Amino acid sequence: MGAPGKASTGIGRGGSLGVRCLLLSIVACTAMVVDRRTPYLEPVRDALSLVVYPVQLAVDTPSRAWRWASESLAERAALLEENRRLKRELLYSSARLQRLEALEAENARLRELLDSTAQITDRVLVAEILAVDLDPYRQRFMVNRGSLDGAYVGQALLDANGIVGQLVDVSPMTAEAVLITDADHAVPVVVNRNGLRTIAVGTGDAGRLRLPYLTNSADIEVGDLLLSSGLGGVFPAGYPVGRVIEVRRRPGQSFADVIAEPAAALDRDREVLLVWTNDDVTGLADARPAGRLRARVAAPPADAAEPDGDGASPDAPSEVETDARVADVRSEP
Amino acid sequence: MRFAPILTLLLAIVLAAMPLPGAVAQFKPDWVAVTMIFWALASPPAFGLVTALVVGLMLDVLSGALLGQHGFGLMLIVYLCRKFRPRLRAFPALQSTLVVAALLALNEFLLLWIDGVSGRTVPIGERWGPVASGTLLWLLVWSTFDHGSEQAPARL
Repeated sequence: MGAPGKASTGIGRGGSLGVRCLLLSIVACTAMVVDRRTPYLEPVRDALSLVVYPVQLAVDTPSRAWRWASESLAERAALLEENRRLKRELLYSSARLQRLEALEAENARLRELLDSTAQITDRVLVAEILAVDLDPYRQRFMVNRGSLDGAYVGQALLDANGIVGQLVDVSPMTAEAVLITDADHAVPVVVNRNGLRTIAVGTGDAGRLRLPYLTNSADIEVGDLLLSSGLGGVFPAGYPVGRVIEVRRRPGQSFADVIAEPAAALDRDREVLLVWTNDDVTGLADARPAGRLRARVAAPPADAAEPDGDGASPDAPSEVETDARVADVRSEP
Repeated sequence: MRFAPILTLLLAIVLAAMPLPGAVAQFKPDWVAVTMIFWALASPPAFGLVTALVVGLMLDVLSGALLGQHGFGLMLIVYLCRKFRPRLRAFPALQSTLVVAALLALNEFLLLWIDGVSGRTVPIGERWGPVASGTLLWLLVWSTFDHGSEQAPARL
């Protein structure tokens, strides 16, 4: 191999090498354009994803092995402590669940009265996150469920604390998901306290969401809980998205700088839930548009009704409040 | 021995997909590009462009990029390496390291450019970590390269 004579033929073949490189570059560029603008290359991508699936498994193996080892070598005391903590959490959660079940039943009854389809119960499936590093400049990850499990593009992902993201590319065995904090992602939200609707946009930083479409006079405060509003049709309504951690109102600008922290543990999750909302599974056809519309309109007051004190007449007092706060901000500097 | 390029490239792909912890992640070397450069210089001239394209496609699927995005850059690298192969093989360590740094930067720039054209938002500042660490990696590779390919000495 690699004899000096051969090396010199490398120069002699330079022309054909250049031509071949040019041709292959044209092929690559065409593929990029076609892939960007049309769905024709999806089968190719699916086939290739089956080829690289072993690579993904191989990459995931060390962290899986490490987890297995640390679980099986954990100390008895630590396990007992964890067990005790989990039992406590279970007790707490089931106590809350009892109350929620009563509320759910009541909600279903009221929705029946309103003639809308109940949207509370969603079907879920646990998916494991593969420890595969995708493009480090984007907030994406890989899960071990694919179209064989019924996953579809645009499906919502949750974890124990809130909304994680959605699927953007589904192959037979795996799927690629984008986090809500990706710079190209936005999720429609509603403020739990007063039903104010807006959009939470990702920043590219796993710990921050931006709410760029709120005016200076909008009624938003640090600590406000943001829930998914269900508008846009991707995410099921009523799941936590984040909590507002910073509100800056600058008098010179018409929009406030509002930063929220995602509710889900985006960079610490090992497992996520794939959600099928009720409509997708059963496909109830009876008078859905009207029912849905009514459900949406009915949602914000239902949310606001819970904290009874300020939910009753949100508009007038909040206006006064924000005015006062703007005055405060002005007097500070 | 015949399968050495394929095996090392597979290993490079696995390493490229391997997550690194926190602060180090920014400096993950471009394993695949460095391996490509090595084989384009070390192996017989038959090694080449189609391999680069196929490996690039695998990287595209792994990283969710456009199909052809990684292959494009890798192909250009292999083309340049083979075009100037005798000269690059004769270069001393410092010069070859400079050339490799330029090649890696070119690759990174192409990726960045295609990302920009296709309308994806990308931070630019973090792009140069892989180039720096890849260049350092090449210094290691170079030291093995000199001794390892004695049967195919460089020739002008």
